[in-house]
Amino acid sequence: MQPGKGHLMIQFDAVHKRFPNGTTAVHDLSLEMPEGGITVLVGSSGCGKTTTLRMINRMVEPTSGTIRVGDRDVTRQDAAELRRSIGYVIQQAGLFPHRTVLDNIATVPLLLGWNRRKARARAAELLETVGLAPEAGKRYPHQLSGGQQQRVGVARALAADPPVLLMDEPFGAVDPVVRTQLQDELLRLQAELSKTIVFVTHDIDEAVRLGDRIAVFRTGGHLVQCAPPAELLARPADDFVAGFLGAERGLKLLSLKTLADVPQGPAPEGGAWTLVLDAGNKPLHWASKDTELPVRPLRGTDSLLSALNESLASPTGLIARVDAEGVLTGVSSRDDIHEHAGRAHAEVRVAA
Amino acid sequence: MYELFKNLGTWLTSGSQWTGPDGIAHRLAEHLQYSLLATLIAAAIGLPLGLLIGHTGKGAFLAINLASFGRALPTVGLVVLVFLAGGLSMLPVYVALVALAVPAIVTNTYAGMTAVDPEVKDAARGQGMRGHQVLFQVEFPLALPLIMTGLRLALIQVVATATIAAYVSFGGLGRYVFDGLAQRDLVQVLGGAVLVAVVAVVLDVALASLQRFLFRHRTA
Repeated sequence: MQPGKGHLMIQFDAVHKRFPNGTTAVHDLSLEMPEGGITVLVGSSGCGKTTTLRMINRMVEPTSGTIRVGDRDVTRQDAAELRRSIGYVIQQAGLFPHRTVLDNIATVPLLLGWNRRKARARAAELLETVGLAPEAGKRYPHQLSGGQQQRVGVARALAADPPVLLMDEPFGAVDPVVRTQLQDELLRLQAELSKTIVFVTHDIDEAVRLGDRIAVFRTGGHLVQCAPPAELLARPADDFVAGFLGAERGLKLLSLKTLADVPQGPAPEGGAWTLVLDAGNKPLHWASKDTELPVRPLRGTDSLLSALNESLASPTGLIARVDAEGVLTGVSSRDDIHEHAGRAHAEVRVAA
Repeated sequence: MYELFKNLGTWLTSGSQWTGPDGIAHRLAEHLQYSLLATLIAAAIGLPLGLLIGHTGKGAFLAINLASFGRALPTVGLVVLVFLAGGLSMLPVYVALVALAVPAIVTNTYAGMTAVDPEVKDAARGQGMRGHQVLFQVEFPLALPLIMTGLRLALIQVVATATIAAYVSFGGLGRYVFDGLAQRDLVQVLGGAVLVAVVAVVLDVALASLQRFLFRHRTA
């Protein structure tokens, strides 16, 4: 692959980082991050993933090697100006406690010399982008929940519309429910904005969920493998990566595949169980002679993993399929789902 | 004992005691003038020092040990020393009062700076703030409550100690204490001491309330 303008946003070329105390944080790293994609850096603590991220905006200086953002060597630019051109989100959000939410978001525009009114207007706009109410702008950070603070952190990073966004375990400190919401929000935002995002996490599930590409690091700052999630899960480069992905990596792979291609047939009639529909043909529940069981209808965009899960819970082994409006389109069998799951594995294993 | 307090009451409340060049109002004004000027000079020295040490992290040893140095400093000894070296003027008094106030200001400013969440400083740098912008837009405002505590403590200490101005023949509320001692007029000594104590407590309470009002939006 020939690196060219517009295709690679961030390039690491033989980058080393050794700290003054002698520990090597990053070892001979060469890595390319394509424009408009989410590259997730994963690994256990001390593997150099955060150092790698922080070298991009020069919060940490490389010992040797070059890092280019948009074809420009970062060490040849003024550090403060470089940082203003790159969005930066950290764990706990790192908001300024003495400034209102609106002024927090306006930080970079003000540093860039925008007038206060324009900066505030932009901040108000971003408040909406990240799903916060306009009233939140007048509050102080400590008056917000952890999840809301993290949204403000993202808004602050986006304020000057930078092409690159660095996110250092941004959702690490919020509870699992809020975390999932924030992940969904990020994917929604990304579909809209197409930033080049570098995302650090130690959570492999988060990496699989968000990443277009995942770079797995091993202690000592070695990059072991960098690949799209499906490829990583199907063909881990070595035992370390396989161990890091966990024993259920096959199931994780299913979370990346959609149900769309699984064949569907008409709902069964006359058996022990019947799928009960409402007046608008929307599935309500499974019913037998004396009992009812809940049903969770799935759309074509849902994952094979949720289909498998639903087929295990279903009394007939069948899952109810619906269209975008929730109207029943048919049912799929456990066997068909299984077969497709197996095929999905085989495909990625053979590919490339 | 009862007699003494009765006389003290009369001394404090008689109208004639409050007016004239030797009256309480004039002595109080002198006392406040010495105290405020000394604290201002101390702030001009201590604040930049504390901010610099806190921002760069260099010289922390100095900031930490200055506090015990300040406590051990013999104020009257310092006045006499500068008096002997420089002759009779207000200079010895100001040198001693400033030396008393600087440590409290430096150590509290430094403490305020180190109490700023490192994550917040990291975020400030990461958004593209330069060193001085981090200092003045983030660290200083966040350290301000503790900085003000330092200034308040310094002022109270100076007010309580400014009686030494009278020791080298100048004014202030110390006049009553030293004159009273010389004249064996216990009521006057006590009156001066009570006035100094009241001024110190009133200033402390007023400044503490001001701080609470200014930082009502802050947590903890």
